[in-house]
Amino acid sequence: MRVQANLMIGATLVAVVLGTAALSLVWTPHEATRIAVALKFQPPSWAHPLGTDQLGRDVVSQLMLGARTSMTIALVAVLLGGGIGTALGLLAAAVGGWVDEVVMRLADFSFAFPALLFAIMLAAVFGPSLANAVIAIAFINVPVFARVARAAAAQVWTRGYVLAAQSAGRGRLAITRDHVIPNVLAPVTVQLTIEFAVAILAEAALSYLGLGAQPPTPSWGRMLSEAQTLLYLAPQLAIWPGLCIMVAVMGFNLLGDGVRDLSDPMLRRTR
Amino acid sequence: MILLILRRLLGFALTLLAVSAAVFFVMNVLPGDPAIVILGIEATEDARAALRAQLGLNDPAIWRYLAWLGGAVQGDFGVSYSFKVPVAELIAERLPMTLALAGLATVMTVALALALGVYAASHHGRAGDWAVMAFSQLGIAVPAFWLSMLLVILFAVTLRWLPPGGFPGWDDPLAALRALIMPATALALVQTAVLARVTRSAMLEVMRQTYVRTATATGLGPARVMWRHALPNALVPIVTIIGMQVANLVTGTIVIENVFYLPGLGRLVFQAISNRDLIVVQAMVTLFAAIVVSANFIVDLAYLWIDPRLRPRS
Repeated sequence: MRVQANLMIGATLVAVVLGTAALSLVWTPHEATRIAVALKFQPPSWAHPLGTDQLGRDVVSQLMLGARTSMTIALVAVLLGGGIGTALGLLAAAVGGWVDEVVMRLADFSFAFPALLFAIMLAAVFGPSLANAVIAIAFINVPVFARVARAAAAQVWTRGYVLAAQSAGRGRLAITRDHVIPNVLAPVTVQLTIEFAVAILAEAALSYLGLGAQPPTPSWGRMLSEAQTLLYLAPQLAIWPGLCIMVAVMGFNLLGDGVRDLSDPMLRRTR
Repeated sequence: MILLILRRLLGFALTLLAVSAAVFFVMNVLPGDPAIVILGIEATEDARAALRAQLGLNDPAIWRYLAWLGGAVQGDFGVSYSFKVPVAELIAERLPMTLALAGLATVMTVALALALGVYAASHHGRAGDWAVMAFSQLGIAVPAFWLSMLLVILFAVTLRWLPPGGFPGWDDPLAALRALIMPATALALVQTAVLARVTRSAMLEVMRQTYVRTATATGLGPARVMWRHALPNALVPIVTIIGMQVANLVTGTIVIENVFYLPGLGRLVFQAISNRDLIVVQAMVTLFAAIVVSANFIVDLAYLWIDPRLRPRS
């Protein structure tokens, strides 16, 4: 019962956010970055359902483009970091020995650098940019996926059918492709969904601090940093971008929980 | 036992060394010429040459790293390029502020999370449990900097009870506390969401054990059973998460200090970035990463203290 609820609510929220991001590619109510100072701080109306900001830009249109920025960054960063991490984890499990040891120690070690610290280093050296934010978020995903993939793969390598394949003369690469990867996909998919939520939060924080999306790229985090200077004048501008972040993150978290419960009934009892 | 601790200590020292080397590499070797990063491309070649000489950039990278490391272990992180004072001095001035914020947030997190987690576990499946879980789901999804802005809108803009930001200094402790209460609450609520959830599931796991049933059967009250018998046995996962949250706490203080204009280490890092002060950024990133590594080391040792079964048999 609980499982269904998680999955349903999560999937619905994710569909709304992804749908909005996709819709923004072809349609927004207004041009999101068009400045019209005469229309600044408009209250909600039919033309501007959530009003306008300090430069007269339509808030709804900016939020829609913010969804696109957020989803794109999260997707690229998580797939990049997740791909590299999963490959390393599979390698560690397949080869074992010192390769395994080196990969896992590197994973341990990279936990010392949260995304923000990594982004700060890159920003100090190369200047702040969205690309640096993507690299920083991808970087923190590598050890996470390396661990998940290695743990799942190491289990598969102890199975009888792998032993049978080995004695039939099949190589490590072929076994990894035919037997290990199909069994590793489920935990990696669950992790992808959860890390997507983490990436959305990280992108928002980096953009808020000026280390992510740069003007004029609309981003929820950047909208919040602009709204912060106007809290006394227009507090409503600080509400909507935060709500969007919350809905998106909650959607992916619930979806991840739901998929995990579905794939592992043993976990249902205590959660 | 001593051997085990010594081995952990060695691993800890090696990790710190690797962290410092990685930071040095990213900040000094990747960019090519740090003089260009600091002065910008419009600076004259003479100015750059002078800065290179001043920073010792003409030496090989490995020598520069060893010299920097040698200084760092003695508390000498070099002289800030933009502030013109030793980096150690900048850090010492701002550290109390950051420590106070992080400490206050941690105390609030642990107190609130344990209370909520134990409450939810002891009301498993009932309305109170659902409320705690809903709060937790919500808290995990809310960015601390947005929560901060909501708190400012409520308590500073609307009710005018608390200052919206800034720090009055330590001369008036009450005013200092008033300035820290909102930032610490914002940090703590987000961390509590995760920790309460972990506490709840760890407690549910322990409550199925027979010794808990026995404790109840001997006539002990539910509070005594939960806090005295169940909670200590649920501590391993809880302490693990507290250790992992230190990384979030470090990140969180950097962000929150910028939201509330608090003059701590987090503000310093951002001033240093906009001044292209690589020396300060390098020292700060190393320091923050060292804090995260140290927290993990302390958690590793704490396991041995919490759970005697994890100690090696002599």
